[in-house]
Amino acid sequence: MVDEILTIVLDGAIYASWLFIVALGLTFVFGVLKILNIAHGGIYALGAYSTATLVPIFYSLGMPEQLVILAMLISALAVAIVITPIMERGILRRFYGQDEVLIVLVTYAIYLVLEDVQKLIWGMNSLYVSEPRELLGALEFGSLYYVGYDLALIGLAIFCGLFLWFVLNKTQSGKIVLAVIHNPEISGCMGVNINKVYLAAFFIGAFLAALAGSFTAPLISVQVGISVAVVIESFAVVIIGGLGSIPGAVIGALIIGMARAACVHKLPEAEIFIMYFCMAGMLIFKPKGLFQGAQARKI
Amino acid sequence: MSEKLYNNLLFQSIFLMLFLILVGLLIPNWLVFVITKAIAYGLVGLGIITLMRGGLVSFGQGFVFGIGGYTAGLLGTQAGLTDAMLLLFVSFLFTGLVGLIIAPLLARYRDIFFAMLSLAFSMVLYGILIKIDAIGGSDGFVLPESTYFGIKPSSEYADYLLYVVAIIMTGFISILLRYYYDSTPGLIALAVRENELRVEYLGSSAFNVAVLNFTIAAGLGGMGGALNGIALGHIDPEFTYWTTSGEFVFISILAGYLSVPAVFLAALLLELVRSFSGRYFPDTWQLILGLFLILSIIFIPSGIGSFFKQFFDRLKKSNK
Repeated sequence: MVDEILTIVLDGAIYASWLFIVALGLTFVFGVLKILNIAHGGIYALGAYSTATLVPIFYSLGMPEQLVILAMLISALAVAIVITPIMERGILRRFYGQDEVLIVLVTYAIYLVLEDVQKLIWGMNSLYVSEPRELLGALEFGSLYYVGYDLALIGLAIFCGLFLWFVLNKTQSGKIVLAVIHNPEISGCMGVNINKVYLAAFFIGAFLAALAGSFTAPLISVQVGISVAVVIESFAVVIIGGLGSIPGAVIGALIIGMARAACVHKLPEAEIFIMYFCMAGMLIFKPKGLFQGAQARKI
Repeated sequence: MSEKLYNNLLFQSIFLMLFLILVGLLIPNWLVFVITKAIAYGLVGLGIITLMRGGLVSFGQGFVFGIGGYTAGLLGTQAGLTDAMLLLFVSFLFTGLVGLIIAPLLARYRDIFFAMLSLAFSMVLYGILIKIDAIGGSDGFVLPESTYFGIKPSSEYADYLLYVVAIIMTGFISILLRYYYDSTPGLIALAVRENELRVEYLGSSAFNVAVLNFTIAAGLGGMGGALNGIALGHIDPEFTYWTTSGEFVFISILAGYLSVPAVFLAALLLELVRSFSGRYFPDTWQLILGLFLILSIIFIPSGIGSFFKQFFDRLKKSNK
């Protein structure tokens, strides 16, 4: 019984931390740019693919094993550096200030393009990079064994969340971003270069998506179609927590992570739709999510 | 609009329907099939523009599309009902009813929240459908061949007959919708789009408008789903998936909310791009579709319908 609860909690926490990293980027981009980015899932997949390419190269160069984490970070960074100018500067910039739903559709189109770009670059075959997963060995909890790498994901998620929270609330550049979130026009009048803030925010969002992809790559077989489920799962998280809210993303990821882990162990039939169910339930009772403040209506 | 204009509308629409039915005899079978599918998608798109007139966009029309498809499919396999016209009509009514039941829940929301809640509904349905093995789970099931007034056509005419049925039913629905759009409740929807609060102050209910429009959109989506299922001869949970819903939103954005025929033109464009790129570039059809979406949103942001409207406005002016 205790083992079972521990399994559910740990599985849920691992799953939640993965979800949180993806959702953090999504919710941050929405907070600053007011864009609900479907292509976020595509960037996630690019991160996974680039890691699956870079890590074998890294090993073939004979680098020390422990530095493989660095290779994963570099691959995520590379994806963000390539994708941000194309998406933000090239396409999304044209649609700022327009209807939110129209922009969702634009990102859907970009998502479709990214799907085929993955196929064109990496082909239809599955790629495997399980080596980094063996790096940290295994840990024992009573009668349970957990791979150290999986548990390290929890640490990574906590670090990402705290780091972003710290930058936003405790540094000057972070406060500028908060000002832009609050009111882009007035911040612009005060001398903030809004375009630069938007670009930086999108970059951070893309990097987080790619980072989640990079660190998930050792856990899965990287193949066509890994992005499609991520989109809705991360949507569910940010909807539950409230669009644009970092603490909301934490709670949302935990709710969905735990609910899903509980379902896997107790009610496997419900595994697929439990998160949609959570999302629909939350929207019905608290449509703006858990952490969304009141907003003034314009008459 | 004046009565004369509506007489014209009725006359022109029937003329267009007859024309299309005749054209169907001349064009190759695959094109007949593509147009039938475009009509199915167009019906769902028509539902979304009905909502769009009231300022709402649903990102989960896969929900009603799937319900309509499964209604037609289950009536065919379980109840032995195979008459295409009847199936379309029953799916329309049933899905409309489902829409009416969930509409009060959805009608409280606006903007992105409306889009997301409708998306959540469609994904819950998807999650349920792939788990019910009795109706095929994720593989779906095959529909029995449809009949027309008790006659089962030979396979070479089946596509054409469905096409004729689709054109006639969709034609009359489109005419009715045009009347609705220009009626008082239809025009209030446009006012809600502009400023909901003022409409409420003036004594109309934005909530009621949203419920009515969602119910209509649900019925149309259900009929589209049934038509698509009958045309393909097969139904699976993919009908309700979010990527399918995304295509419907695209159709309605490409068409704009000003014109009814524009929706079917947009749906046909999408179907043609899809079937051509699927045929000639099987590995990159999504890429082409995506680029097509982006370019059309950049270059015709207010939709094909805005061209139609400009054209007719100019025509009216020159007549004066």
